[in-house]
Amino acid sequence: MQEEPVLIVKNLSAVFPNGNGGLQALDQISFSVFPQEFVCVLGPSGSGKSTLLRILAGLLLPTGGKVIYQGSELDEPRRDIGFVFQKANLMPWRTVIQNIMLPLELDNISPADAERYAREMVKLVGLCGFEETLPRDLSGGMAQRVAIARALVHDPQLLLLDEPFGALDALTRERMGMELLRIWQARRKTVVMVTHSISEALLLADRVLVLTPRPGRIRLDFPVNLPRPRDEEIRYTPEFTELTRVLRGAIG
Amino acid sequence: MGVMKFSMKQIDQNNILINRAVNSYRPAIFLAIISLTIAAFLWWLISRLGNFPSFILPSPMDVWHRFVLSITDGSLLRNSLVTLQEIVLGLTLGVSVATILGYFLAKSHTFEKIISPYIVASQSVPIVAIAPILIIWFGPGIFSKILICSLTVFFPVLVNTVVGLRSVPEELQDLMRSLKSTRWQTISKLEIPGALPVFLGGLRVGATLSVIGAVVGEFVGSDKGLGFLINLGRGQYDTALVFVSVFTLILIAMSLYGIVVILEKRLLSWQQSSKDTILEHQ
Ligand SMILES: Nc1ncnc2c1ncn2[C@@H]1O[C@H](COP(=O)(O)OP(=O)(O)O)[C@@H](O)[C@H]1O
Ligand SMILES: [Mg+2]
Repeated sequence: MQEEPVLIVKNLSAVFPNGNGGLQALDQISFSVFPQEFVCVLGPSGSGKSTLLRILAGLLLPTGGKVIYQGSELDEPRRDIGFVFQKANLMPWRTVIQNIMLPLELDNISPADAERYAREMVKLVGLCGFEETLPRDLSGGMAQRVAIARALVHDPQLLLLDEPFGALDALTRERMGMELLRIWQARRKTVVMVTHSISEALLLADRVLVLTPRPGRIRLDFPVNLPRPRDEEIRYTPEFTELTRVLRGAIG
Repeated sequence: MGVMKFSMKQIDQNNILINRAVNSYRPAIFLAIISLTIAAFLWWLISRLGNFPSFILPSPMDVWHRFVLSITDGSLLRNSLVTLQEIVLGLTLGVSVATILGYFLAKSHTFEKIISPYIVASQSVPIVAIAPILIIWFGPGIFSKILICSLTVFFPVLVNTVVGLRSVPEELQDLMRSLKSTRWQTISKLEIPGALPVFLGGLRVGATLSVIGAVVGEFVGSDKGLGFLINLGRGQYDTALVFVSVFTLILIAMSLYGIVVILEKRLLSWQQSSKDTILEHQ
């Protein structure tokens, strides 16, 4: 990859104020993400993964270091970054289609265009027929599909996902992993995704960053050289098993 | 009925709530009518058996005749309109100030610390104690009643505005921030709809209290309105007129309450809980 990185993270540190001297969540994190790359961040809970992602989204300012996004320093949220939260985080008073249209409304795109784009996204995430459904009538997996559609609808350059499937049951989670793979293969975006599932990371990622327990440091920056396009079958290959073993060892 | 139509409309949209909504609303009206009939009958029976003079307990028929009389001489309508006007203007004023102040209270802890002692203190003084002062300051006309009315409405609406705004999930605030929404977009697309359920609960209470506020104001000093009519009836031992006025007030209070309930039904149709009868709201 000879291109310029989309995202450069330099010596990033995050300290949360607490009673005694502050709680260090991230310590000297540095890495770069290249266009169309899919990076997964793995680490035990409490290792600062969410903190890292919130900083990348411009929702939180680091206490040290900086983030350079497309050539300029990132110090506030950007409309060309999409964010998917652990909880689907839908507005309960909006239907599926209205939830997906939200980012376009905020961009003052005409309602007709907004609806057209949103309907494309509904198709992409496989929710046709549920356009007028309210979030309370969606299953967890469906709600998270809506969240992904909402994060993609305004065509952001960078997609950030914070354990998007963490609240789902194991089977749904596996299915959603495949869905995300399909969606990403249809619309190549630069992605940084936090997960604590090794197999999810290997299925999806070009690169895996493993964080240490608190304070989060990068323990391993690991390329996943599995062939693309990938599908379900890849889980059963010896290479996949070998990489799983390596990552499991690194996480400890 | 607006509420009925609402229930019917839902059938198309979602088939979870239909049965609950439709089946429990009809018996609610039916039961209300039955209970009113029984109450009227008991009232008649007591007034008949006790043989009370009309100025102590007028019979339903006495009250009905007084009602017809006050309709034909125009006094009931004239005074009701005065009270209604005080209520509507008082509600508007009280709700507007409470909502705007509530927004700033919810958003700024400093502002909350500065202002909340005064709000709590104002609540510890009963409105009947403040009413005379307001009438001394602002005269016996309609303006002092509007103020008294808006003061009674103020507190529940304020509290529910603050609680409602604080009930908006932090993650949704983050979502709006991550999408770089403007202040106004956050207010209109997240905070207003998010705070609405709790806010409308406050409005429901406020609407009922507004009737009390207007009547308290009229009691303390006025020459028109239903509160004045009650005073008049009491002074002249015209107890039937007191009954007529009280029933009119009840009717106004219930209508206001009903309007808020219909508003809730319309605006909060996305909520799972089906609040079908009026009493369930309390
Ligand atoms: N807003 C905050 N204030 C104080 N401490 C926080 C805050 N957010 C996270 N932390 C702390 O920072 C550490 C890392 O949290 P987080 O980034 O959520 O980890 P992860 O997502 O990997 O589980 C945790 O110890 C957590 O308690
Ligand atoms: Mg987390």
